Amino acid sequence: MADYLAEYLPVLIFLAIAIALAAMIVMASWMIAPQHPEREKLSAYECGFEPFDDARGRFDVRFYLVAILFIVFDLEVAFLFPWAVALGEIGVLGFWSMMLFLAVLTVGFVYEWRKGALEWE
Amino acid sequence: MAEIFWGVIWPVIVLAAATVAIVVPLLLAVAYLTYAERKIIAAMQLRQGPMFVGPYGLLQPIADGLKLFFKETVVPTRANKGVFVLAPMITFILALIGWAVIPFGDGLVLADINVGVLYLFAVSSLGVYGIVMAGWASNSRYAFLGALRSSAQMVSYEISMGLIIINVLMTAGSLNLSEIVRAQAEHGWYALWHFPMFMIFLVSIIAETNRLPFDLPEDEASLVTGYNVEYSSMTFALFFLGEYANMILMSAIATILFLGGWLPPLEMAPFTWIPGPVWFFLKVAAVLFVYIWARATLPRYRYDQLMRLGWKVFLPLSLAWIVLTSAVLVFLDLAP
Amino acid sequence: MTAALFVFYLLAFVTVAAAVMVIAARNPVHAVLFLILAFFNSAGLLILVGAELVGMLLIVVYVGAVAVLFLFVVMMLDINFVQLREGFLQYLPVGALVGLVLLVELIMVLGTRVVPTTAAAMPRAAPEGVTNAEALGRLLYTDYFYLFQAAGVVLLVAIVGAITLTLRHRPDARRQDIAAQVRRRPQDTLEVRKVRPRSGI
Repeated sequence: MADYLAEYLPVLIFLAIAIALAAMIVMASWMIAPQHPEREKLSAYECGFEPFDDARGRFDVRFYLVAILFIVFDLEVAFLFPWAVALGEIGVLGFWSMMLFLAVLTVGFVYEWRKGALEWE
Repeated sequence: MAEIFWGVIWPVIVLAAATVAIVVPLLLAVAYLTYAERKIIAAMQLRQGPMFVGPYGLLQPIADGLKLFFKETVVPTRANKGVFVLAPMITFILALIGWAVIPFGDGLVLADINVGVLYLFAVSSLGVYGIVMAGWASNSRYAFLGALRSSAQMVSYEISMGLIIINVLMTAGSLNLSEIVRAQAEHGWYALWHFPMFMIFLVSIIAETNRLPFDLPEDEASLVTGYNVEYSSMTFALFFLGEYANMILMSAIATILFLGGWLPPLEMAPFTWIPGPVWFFLKVAAVLFVYIWARATLPRYRYDQLMRLGWKVFLPLSLAWIVLTSAVLVFLDLAP
Repeated sequence: MTAALFVFYLLAFVTVAAAVMVIAARNPVHAVLFLILAFFNSAGLLILVGAELVGMLLIVVYVGAVAVLFLFVVMMLDINFVQLREGFLQYLPVGALVGLVLLVELIMVLGTRVVPTTAAAMPRAAPEGVTNAEALGRLLYTDYFYLFQAAGVVLLVAIVGAITLTLRHRPDARRQDIAAQVRRRPQDTLEVRKVRPRSGI
């Protein structure tokens, strides 16, 4: 148990150093380089126009659909990870178990394809 | 008191030193990757590339970095300031922390965790945050659209990458990166066994890092560089560094999963003289060359083509390959 | 072990603090970002008790996928903050009731368990010498066959539901039909005509 945790210590230290470095780079540049903020400079880039309204508008619902489908398939991949590692030990039953699972999801995938959810317009 | 020092503080110091020993060469490698990119593309287009700063322009990346450093950090008035500054930092941090688990040679790894592959998969799946946060916080239309496109693209290719990794895991029987490389010493490189998957993986990592020909999020012509349009100075530099560090990280993952990591190509006399880490770096450099090569030769994809390639070609192909591989492994009793 | 204990309290404290901020933050985007922080620290806690696979999957699935969707939703919708605040008091009794039910359920579940007092009696994440992933893989697909297939069916329902709820085809959109492009022959679109001078077609 102690060995196992010792393997994660470098990850933690790496994370701490990466955060410190990122913060340092931004802070150092901000303090050293001359800062002359000005109204026009600080306006959003819009080819010289004043932005008419807030940029964060509604957008195509298709992006949500992609995100939801991504969650489903990400879960499928998550289920595949332990299966791939234990494949040698769970044998034929484990194999068919996963094939059935994949078949069910493939039905969903075919449905999605036929419905045109994968088309971009 | 001495016990606490040797037991707790000393290991932390050693590990911190080791981390710095990885991060500093990595940042140098990033700087010179930009140089190599410019030189290689120039050579492919019969130009010379950077020539003026230092001999053969060798100091050019340093000059670029210093120039960016002394620029003003512009934070737009209408932006959400905290998130705006946080976004490039997240991109940069994520590009760095993946390196904690990469084995450079046999036993030459900082954190030899059991679930190394999953760790890298997790880190790369977080990459989308830097971009989405930047696009939203900038409160600029171009940045917003760029972030939207980019995130949909990244999540789409994330899936095919995950499915391809499963193939390697099945044949290696472990989630530990060093074990995967050692399994390849036994089985031969997985680029041979899973050749179609290797090809798809190369294309997927280009799409995942938003590089040409899949760089739609930063499409100059239609989005004026996309999600990072409002960034300047070091906040921009962090995105830039993060993108290139990610390229190197992805190349390292491809090397470990498919090209036998630190193993020499043949277990024979002239090849085994060269130490493992050198082979590792050579292979990573070869994959990076593919990145640059693709950028110099291929025109940009259209967005609907890109999504079709990910969802309708790569996903079914890699899923079918999983079924094939697992069937062969189970019914011929080859599974580890 | 004291170092691990220190890390535990740190992670636990940040998890709870971030969770409080999720409901306290005024800006919904900040709330989602705090939620992500809470997920991260929970993953750290799971790794700390030895469940590294579940910890990593928590990051991959919840932070890498689910929170991205949350972020999409709150970032891109025009949410009126003032309007959102108005309903707060009105829904307070309902929220309190749900919270109370959850609390009672938690107490009932925890009450049936005998909490071990020594470290040796604690349940282990995986048997000695077997990695997390293998231990889980040995059980999930064979011993828990039906539950696993049920998970597959739930995912199928999620796909179908998402498509029926959100998919709208725009009638005016122009799509690429590759088959039609490839099938097209010069005869279909071109016609060669002789044109006499000064007459036109």
